[in-house]
Amino acid sequence: MSVYMPTTVDQAVALLAQNPGACLLTGGTDTMVEVNFNHLKPGTVIGLRLVSSLREYTITPQLIQIGAGVPYARMETGPLAEALPALAAAARTVGSPQIRAAGTLGGNLGTCSPAGDGLPVLAALDAVVNLRSPRGIRGVPFQDFMVGVKRNSRVSDELIESVSIAPTSGYQDYAKVGVRNAMVISVASVCLVHDRHTASVRVALGAVGPTIIRAREAEAWLATQVDASTSLPPDEAVAIEFARRVAAEARPIDDHRSTADYRRHAIQTLTRRLYLRSTK
Amino acid sequence: MKNSSTTTRSQSREVLGTSALRPDGVAKTQGDFAFSSDFQAENMLWGATLRSPHPHARIVSIDPTDAWRIPGVETIIFADDVPGQATYGLIASDQPVFAQNVVRYMGEPIAAVAADHPETCRRALAAIKIVYEELPVLFDMDLAIDPSTPPIHPDGNVFRHQRIISGDPDIVGDVIVEGTYDIGMQDQAFLGLEAALAYPDPGGAGVELVVATQWLHEDRKQIADCLGMAPEKVRLVLGGVGGAFGAREDISLQVHTCLLALRTGRPVKVQYSREESFFGHVHRHPGRIHLRHHADRNGKLLKVEGWMKLDGGAYASTSSAVLLNGITHLQGPYACDNSRLEAWATRTNNPPCGAMRGFGVVQACFAHEGQMDKLAVALGLSPVEVRLRNAMKTGDKLFTGQVVDSVAPVARCIRETDAIPLPAEPAYGTGSLELPGGSGRTSDPSHIRRGIGWGVSIKNLMYSEGFDDSAEARCTLADGVATLKFATAEVGQGFVVLAQQIARTILGVDTVVLDAIDTQIGSAGSTSASRQTWMSGGAVDGACRLVRERLFEQVAHVHNLNPLQLAVEGTDIVDTLGPLRVPVSEASKGLRIEETFLHRHRPTEELDENGQGNCHVAFAFVAHRAVVDVDTELGLVKVVQIATAQDVGQVLNPLTLLGQIEGGIAQGLGLAVMEEIVVDRGVVKNPSFTDYLLPTALDAPDVVAIPIEEYEPLAPLGAKGVGEPPCISVTPAIVAAIRNATGRDITRTPVRPQDICLPT
Amino acid sequence: MKISLTVNGELRESEIEPRTLLVQYLRENLALTGTNIGCDTSSCGACSMHLNGEAVKSCTILAAQADGCNITTIEGLAKGGKMHPMQEAFMQNHGLQCGYCTPGMVMAAISLLEENANPTEDEVRVGLEGNLCRCTGYHNIIQSVLACAKGGN
Repeated sequence: MSVYMPTTVDQAVALLAQNPGACLLTGGTDTMVEVNFNHLKPGTVIGLRLVSSLREYTITPQLIQIGAGVPYARMETGPLAEALPALAAAARTVGSPQIRAAGTLGGNLGTCSPAGDGLPVLAALDAVVNLRSPRGIRGVPFQDFMVGVKRNSRVSDELIESVSIAPTSGYQDYAKVGVRNAMVISVASVCLVHDRHTASVRVALGAVGPTIIRAREAEAWLATQVDASTSLPPDEAVAIEFARRVAAEARPIDDHRSTADYRRHAIQTLTRRLYLRSTK
Repeated sequence: MKNSSTTTRSQSREVLGTSALRPDGVAKTQGDFAFSSDFQAENMLWGATLRSPHPHARIVSIDPTDAWRIPGVETIIFADDVPGQATYGLIASDQPVFAQNVVRYMGEPIAAVAADHPETCRRALAAIKIVYEELPVLFDMDLAIDPSTPPIHPDGNVFRHQRIISGDPDIVGDVIVEGTYDIGMQDQAFLGLEAALAYPDPGGAGVELVVATQWLHEDRKQIADCLGMAPEKVRLVLGGVGGAFGAREDISLQVHTCLLALRTGRPVKVQYSREESFFGHVHRHPGRIHLRHHADRNGKLLKVEGWMKLDGGAYASTSSAVLLNGITHLQGPYACDNSRLEAWATRTNNPPCGAMRGFGVVQACFAHEGQMDKLAVALGLSPVEVRLRNAMKTGDKLFTGQVVDSVAPVARCIRETDAIPLPAEPAYGTGSLELPGGSGRTSDPSHIRRGIGWGVSIKNLMYSEGFDDSAEARCTLADGVATLKFATAEVGQGFVVLAQQIARTILGVDTVVLDAIDTQIGSAGSTSASRQTWMSGGAVDGACRLVRERLFEQVAHVHNLNPLQLAVEGTDIVDTLGPLRVPVSEASKGLRIEETFLHRHRPTEELDENGQGNCHVAFAFVAHRAVVDVDTELGLVKVVQIATAQDVGQVLNPLTLLGQIEGGIAQGLGLAVMEEIVVDRGVVKNPSFTDYLLPTALDAPDVVAIPIEEYEPLAPLGAKGVGEPPCISVTPAIVAAIRNATGRDITRTPVRPQDICLPT
Repeated sequence: MKISLTVNGELRESEIEPRTLLVQYLRENLALTGTNIGCDTSSCGACSMHLNGEAVKSCTILAAQADGCNITTIEGLAKGGKMHPMQEAFMQNHGLQCGYCTPGMVMAAISLLEENANPTEDEVRVGLEGNLCRCTGYHNIIQSVLACAKGGN
């Protein structure tokens, strides 16, 4: 195994071009577990911790851009948390303080686990994943980026550089069920984003399918029931039916962490609660 | 690195009854303490173990050719390379050092390799070609009990079958309640992973092993048997132990490490990963218990009948003793004359199970406490009242016929717990980390229901059923300094500080040096069964008293007094009938007094076929009241407070005691709401800390603990063992609180979210 | 490969296997065995140390990634033979039993107080959520951290 520690994106991209299939590493909180278990035996590792531009973010009224190497700890509070409360909530549920100091959105995207806490937020916010290669930058909408369990559409010479998010106006939140009160992998999670600009309510589900699931049919139904260009009505019946429809779009399985039935139930419950929270 | 140390404190004397500081505290907080994983040797090799991926399979062939070709591989050993006894075990020697023709559980060792680097070991293990023929997996206890099921081991599929019949087993109560209870498989999950370093003697005549264990001498005996050596050729030194909780009572890597070192003639270190640790040690028995309680109209228990099944997995370990503990504690801390009980410990292709804190009583208590709550409902009594009406007292007779002659303040434990103020009603904001669901921000205060539940338990102390249990200690006094020697495994519980406190108190010295913990003295027995304060404490106390007698004789001789009128007061020897006062440091100047003491508890008996006999030594009692907040719709639980009053005899070190109580409660909480090794047809699904969940600081509840001090005349220091009781009745208390909050008849632990919120 | 980093104030240059974990490097190359390994999955926190002043779990970081960094381990806390106040607080308040989690717990606790000098009990619990202890039930640990904070350190 060889390890490279580039200091600029250009260096990183060049190294990746020379070593296609190299393992990209920032916090290492997920990848290194795979390495420790011998599930992953990378020949080449490109460490991105010293690439300072990846650790930057910009917030403008038109666009929020978050470097792939920004650690979760910096999303929990401060300008990013104010701009994207759902991301802050998701970041807070990631691992522990040590993990949040190291873990990044780039890592979540690179691994593409359906239980990745940052991913439902990116899905609900219609984020675009910016991939850098010698050919330039390719922006891929999140829904096209994640294509299966731990599979994404990144080509082997592409570096996940950042995500771009159009600011929304309205309530957004993330909630996740785990069996422990902290430091736990998601059994089911929901991100709900209300955007008055686009008059939409968007919901994305984690850990209940091979990919993050956008509940598009339920979103479309809700659009026929409420006027999302203004405050959402605190209508319990709407919340219940919306939640039922969202849960119907989940595709959960039984495993050692939980059961499909419970996961669907949790999605329904969390969706109803988040909708009602959004109306307060 | 230093594991034994001296503490001298002059400002306040750290005698019995004070929160004396641990002598290992300095090293442990500075990273200087040498855990067994920290040892290295010149010219050392690394060892690793090849384990079965299948729960039950015939080994068709083994081909290590490719592994031998890997540069750096020094040796590879298999079952045929075990020079002595091919099997080991604490009670029955039925577990192969390496599987020979058949593997009976997932993770069973088949071979071990020694090489220059852990990575070489890993590659070598991967290069050993084994062809398996998978066999049907016996995973069900009822099938194991069924005599028509083919045995998966020559010793059969039942480790033990025991019956208890007492009084009038046909009596019928006015009120009868019935329930079936399931307990999941819990892991001890100590943090300090298994590790050992073996040094071969020149010519392979003997071996020295540095290892983290609970019982040096028993390890030595089993290792020597397997090595085909005399026990004195095997020397064990206690490497720093990162927690134990029962998981280090059985052999894990000991024999493998010694074999590799003897085979290569070089020091060999073996160190488990967390994943391997899950396969390398035994777990708490999962089980199913069915009970029917009969009571009269006033709520007085008339009879307990039913059965208990514990799954011991593939090999015996301590299953037969766990089962004895289980069935003899199904009575709970309640007076009752009549019983008809039956219990089985089964052999299956599930992971082997053995000792874990509570040792069979955790399972029994979960069932009998569920029953007491049902009885309370049936009688219209409060959970407290039904327990008080039946609380056991000194002099009551157990189902086994044994009279409880220990101090038995059961009613007092319940009353004092009941008097602890309940926590304030929740005043949470939405998404507060204190709500059930914690950092997941799942719950709003309106979704929360609060519940209160009770658990009370009885726990036997020390070993049972005729086991010749003893502990040895040596005390040397010279120039005002006491030196103590014992083989008592310090696993974190704090025996090292207790031993110093005893010596300071008895001898009037301040400086107490602790010699290395090894096999250069007689056995101290195991650090388990809540026994070391009583047993090794008794040995240290006895040795110090013998030394003091001789010191008194010296002083009496010099001053022409009767030694019987001398006493230790603070750090002085005083004449109780006259003016003499001599500092111990002065009186012992130039002297070297050494005494060894062997402490034994009174003998016990085996049970007869009807479960009658004085099988236990003594008992301790505890009450727990749990307050939980439950998100009833999502099935998420936050344990808010545990109130407890524990029968401790005497408080010897308040903060150490509190540490045992709070730590035990956290483990009991784990079994109540999150900890379970998930096994599917013999296959372990979650062998990692990612998926086997231990309580975090955010899950740990407030604990309000009251020690009940009633001097125990049977105990050398008047003090009972305190290690196990904290983790026993806290689990049923929490589950009862969840039932109280949800109104659901939950009968299994750990309680999973779906058990709370989905239809059954 | 060659790496150079500052460990406990001392510049260390070493030739290492690229796949070496930071915790392995500390334990095996530098014989700093105070940092323990408890899980390999960055769950338990026993391997917590400070990387450029921030608590991280060293079982999921390659030593190579720490090239050029400043590292403090449990062995680097005592100064001039005097224990760090957090170490002293853990000792005085019985914040340990077996001691295996202690080095990581102390490192996480110091990091916590650096961000929040006067935490509440709940804030201490939150700050230590990434460090498992199997012995104590956390209470004496939390008391230790609060005592250290109160001591003005």
